[in-house]
Amino acid sequence: MKPAPFQYAAPETVDEAVMLLSEYGRDGKILAGGQSLVPLLAMRLARPSVLIDLNRIAELDYIRQTDGEVAIGAMTRQRTIERSGEVREHLPLWWEAVRYVGHPQIRNRGTVGGSLAHADPSAELPAAAAATGATLVTRSTRGERTVSAEGFFLSYLATALEPDELLVEVRIPAHARAGTAFLEVARRHGDYALAGVAAMVTMRDGRCEAVRLAFTGVGPVPVRVAEAEEPLIGRRPEESVYAEIARIVAGRLDPDSDIHASAAYRKDVAGVLTARALALAVSRAQEPMADSRSSMVDHG
Amino acid sequence: MADPPTSIRRVTVRVNGREHSREVDVRLTLVDFLREALALTGTHVGCEHGVCGACTILLNGEAVRSCLMFAVQADGAEVTTVEALGTPERLHPLQEAFRDHHGLQCGFCTPGFLMTAVAFLRETPQPTDEEIREVLSGNLCRCTGYQGIVEAVRDAAERLRTQGPGLESTE
Repeated sequence: MKPAPFQYAAPETVDEAVMLLSEYGRDGKILAGGQSLVPLLAMRLARPSVLIDLNRIAELDYIRQTDGEVAIGAMTRQRTIERSGEVREHLPLWWEAVRYVGHPQIRNRGTVGGSLAHADPSAELPAAAAATGATLVTRSTRGERTVSAEGFFLSYLATALEPDELLVEVRIPAHARAGTAFLEVARRHGDYALAGVAAMVTMRDGRCEAVRLAFTGVGPVPVRVAEAEEPLIGRRPEESVYAEIARIVAGRLDPDSDIHASAAYRKDVAGVLTARALALAVSRAQEPMADSRSSMVDHG
Repeated sequence: MADPPTSIRRVTVRVNGREHSREVDVRLTLVDFLREALALTGTHVGCEHGVCGACTILLNGEAVRSCLMFAVQADGAEVTTVEALGTPERLHPLQEAFRDHHGLQCGFCTPGFLMTAVAFLRETPQPTDEEIREVLSGNLCRCTGYQGIVEAVRDAAERLRTQGPGLESTE
């Protein structure tokens, strides 16, 4: 198994990359961490005529805190966010989700932007992006554009990126005080999820103020189930509510069957994981009023 | 302005402390470069699509799959392969532990397990069994089974704490 011949360019700046992309984007392919693309090349499922390798673009490797958000450069390695104290503190949902991506050898090369732009329907980071309301920033010779996570993921391996556009950054609302949990079931650790859920809850006075759920592995894109978020809002969390939500989730999701799991099993697992994730997220949420530091600026 | 795309490029890379420079086809994977251009056949080619972990090497000290990289991408990098671990006369403590715990049978997967474990133990010198199992989940063994490998890594952690890290020549 060897990749078919291609031409290769390794730009060192974003400007160079978008110029190459505007010239070769239609028959070309961007090479980020390569952990999904290189297997596709090896199996000749992808045969681009030009590969534009982003690995020499140092300016796309960063984690920056801005006003209430954390901005992550597209070429930041998954391993870097796994090891980042900033991500752990301000983006706990992402910090938990990234540990389910492949194995350490994969995360040492795999990038945040690569995972989002590849848009595998069983991947973890797209679900984290949907649950946290992330914004994706793209660049082309025509300029910069921002797209919400909801608008970015269109279908299986399909995104809102135009052929000449490069994903350069993801901006994630900081959620240090929200309760978050990412859970998934896979055949082995590191395999793609059969079903997974990203949950985020905000608590006030012992009641749920806001809930966001996003699922992976159960549809063509990260799936939100709004009806499943409603029962908790304004209520004190308890087991019976989680069970009700689990039933709603299992009823609303419409996953496919494949060699790894049947649709019915995926629905069941997603429901069970939702109940567990909500209980965990609620237990991790910090009440703004109960904390002595509540006068400090809350970036959550 | 960026150089236009090409199908041949020069790669200069330090492998196990020694610099090599070659003109290569850009589609040549790093593992094929190591084995065929440099005749370092300790790194094995298994699945060639990033599943089995047999081709694991260290790239600038981090464990990566060398079948999922092109040789040209290693330009300017420091690569460490299993050849840098130990010699038949003087095994690395991790290799000794694999021998003592029957952590290998046919040995095909072993270089990948060793390079995964050496990077892991450097970062996690006192691992729990769960951590060991999790890190080894990225490597496949088709004959011995994993129990001996888990025991070898657990024992190697102990040996490395008492005997030192090895890999002196490349650090």
